[in-house]
Amino acid sequence: MGCIEEMKYEILLSQCSFKDAREYIKKNCKETVEVPPGYRIFNVHLIGVPPLLVGIDGDKVIFPYTKPCYGTFVLRIEGDEEIPKLRAKR
Amino acid sequence: MERSGDAASEARSGKRRSLILLGCPEVPVQTSIALYLAFRLRERGDEVVVAGTGAALKLTKLADPQGHYLGETMNIDRCIAMISEGKTDFDECFAFAHSDAGITYAGTISYISRSELFLLIFGRGAEELEKTVEFDCRKLAAKAVHDPMPLKKLIDEVI
Repeated sequence: MGCIEEMKYEILLSQCSFKDAREYIKKNCKETVEVPPGYRIFNVHLIGVPPLLVGIDGDKVIFPYTKPCYGTFVLRIEGDEEIPKLRAKR
Repeated sequence: MERSGDAASEARSGKRRSLILLGCPEVPVQTSIALYLAFRLRERGDEVVVAGTGAALKLTKLADPQGHYLGETMNIDRCIAMISEGKTDFDECFAFAHSDAGITYAGTISYISRSELFLLIFGRGAEELEKTVEFDCRKLAAKAVHDPMPLKKLIDEVI
């Protein structure tokens, strides 16, 4: 874990609830994929309660990232390798 | 004390395996209740694993320097990864939550683990937080911040 912090990421929503993060992704991403809790992306296992949505926007992946002491963030990261894997889940 | 927790180290001894999942330790009752809960579970004969943030584990380990109560410990995200990858699992999980993040971690456990989930909800906003739980678990909720006794009472009822 922790690799995300070393990547080039943008924070779209900061220290929100998981529900707010889910709503943000639903509202702002034209393409979304539902993944199971614990889904591995960028070498981390996603924390979340279904429906756990991950958005795809061009070559970027938008997803909720929960930290125990700081709440949930919505992050956008370039996802060349992750996007085909996500699309294959549909 | 901390072990990697790989599958080989978990050769089942016939004991019930219980996980204590600690969230952010900013509410004082968490550390005290975690040690008490570990004591009760070990007294019952369980094999106990405590997972938490670095700070949560540091607080509990310092309070139990000879490891009388804690047993194995591991980072919370490593624990989630190991359960997700099928490398470990538990019979029971006691998840601590005083924030939305704590509820979200517990919710993740409810989907990735086969364990029976007990959710300890505490802190000033315990009542409101309890209403946000949308997954299957047994809720133990008390508006406890400094006084651990309401949570102790709830734990004593289920162990």
